Amino acid sequence: MKSYSLYQKDYHSEIRTRYAVNSLAMFIIVAISVILFSIGNEKINQSLTGGLYWVVIFFSAMSGLARAFVSEEERGTSLTLQLIASPSTVFTGKLIFNLILVFLMNIVITILYAALFEEFIIRNFLLFLLTFLLGNIGLAVSSTIIAAIIAKAGSKGTLYPVLSFPILLPLILTSVQLTIFSMDGTTIGESIVELAIVVCYDIIMISVSYMLFDFIWKD
Amino acid sequence: MIWKIFLFLLLGFVSVAGIAFPIVEKPSAWYEFPFIPGLEENAKIIFFHVPTAWLTVIAFLMSTIFSVKYLRKKNLDDDAKSYSAAQLGIIFCILATVTGSVWSKFAWGSFWSWDPRQTSIFALLLIYGAWFALRSSIESEDKRATLSAVYAIIAFVTVPFFIFIMPRIMAGLHPGSADDTNAGPVVNFKMNSSMQLIFFLSLIGFTILYFWMWRIGFKSIILRDKLNKQLIIPNKSGQEG
Repeated sequence: MKSYSLYQKDYHSEIRTRYAVNSLAMFIIVAISVILFSIGNEKINQSLTGGLYWVVIFFSAMSGLARAFVSEEERGTSLTLQLIASPSTVFTGKLIFNLILVFLMNIVITILYAALFEEFIIRNFLLFLLTFLLGNIGLAVSSTIIAAIIAKAGSKGTLYPVLSFPILLPLILTSVQLTIFSMDGTTIGESIVELAIVVCYDIIMISVSYMLFDFIWKD
Repeated sequence: MIWKIFLFLLLGFVSVAGIAFPIVEKPSAWYEFPFIPGLEENAKIIFFHVPTAWLTVIAFLMSTIFSVKYLRKKNLDDDAKSYSAAQLGIIFCILATVTGSVWSKFAWGSFWSWDPRQTSIFALLLIYGAWFALRSSIESEDKRATLSAVYAIIAFVTVPFFIFIMPRIMAGLHPGSADDTNAGPVVNFKMNSSMQLIFFLSLIGFTILYFWMWRIGFKSIILRDKLNKQLIIPNKSGQEG
């Protein structure tokens, strides 16, 4: 329950300033419009649309999710958190907040994307939903643990995408593949291997994060 | 000393044999390599390309093992070992990328074609780069050791995806890919016994070379740290280090 209170604390301080939500929303609009401008009147094919969808998701996540632990360090509240809660509780609270942020962000991206890109037609909706769920969980977990590392390291913003990209690469490659499958209308049975990879990735990342967060969090 | 002479002879033999032994249609003498269709004379780079790629992974493994050790014991010597393993790892990673793309130019027609294994080595290169970027951004020694150990472990658990899973499910050009008809261990792939012998000798030689270089590397880092402490601590507190 303590982790839920931690989530509520983050939620209230987010509602007060709306910093993460505002910057995320603007970033999504900027990223999608840059892609739309660069495409112009060209017709792009399906696989490129699926790939660009994950490009937007990756860079939006990089701009919005780094704040989770950096804000604590900036306000000097991380020592208080260390006193009142165990490391895994803190991590769960931050993870819930980032999960909700990622899901909100990706729902907005998907709606905008479906409205603006003609080729973005989902033929196997269930597969897309599974990809969306599993991909977002993996994205949230990996970016939360990297955010914790970044908050303790010297340079805050610039290092975040550099550190996250190699960690997220297996997830992104497989998710792009699965998104293209769901646009082709491939059945779930045929794409079971890719789904299994994403599930493995999520489980591995969750367990590794919980095991290693203690070392990052304690100074 | 005897190790160094042995290593020198081994690597000298591998280099000479790998470059100079002829490739013929029907190998009869022990020093003749078989003619592999599609590879031809390019096949010889396998003696130098595969060991570098192998050492990239070994270096990463050693770096992770000593990261785990550091997190358990908090001994800065383990951090030095992990650091020097990764330093060698990035050198071999660059070598593997370069030899691989040279081979790919002559065997497949372009320097880079995003084959799954090329993607994996690129990801390893990115991981090494990110790891060194992280290290250089932290001033405090203990914090740097802890955070980089954590990052090395997180990065290491994603490596099986690149090395074992991706190449087998994605269509690619390397032997052992999903659409390869003679899929199987890379080593059995159309080599005759003399070629295999040189190949394994090369693997062994490069591995010994790696461990030797690694020992020199971490010893020098540990000694440097010790000297630095001796120089700094008496000035700061007025006592003997």
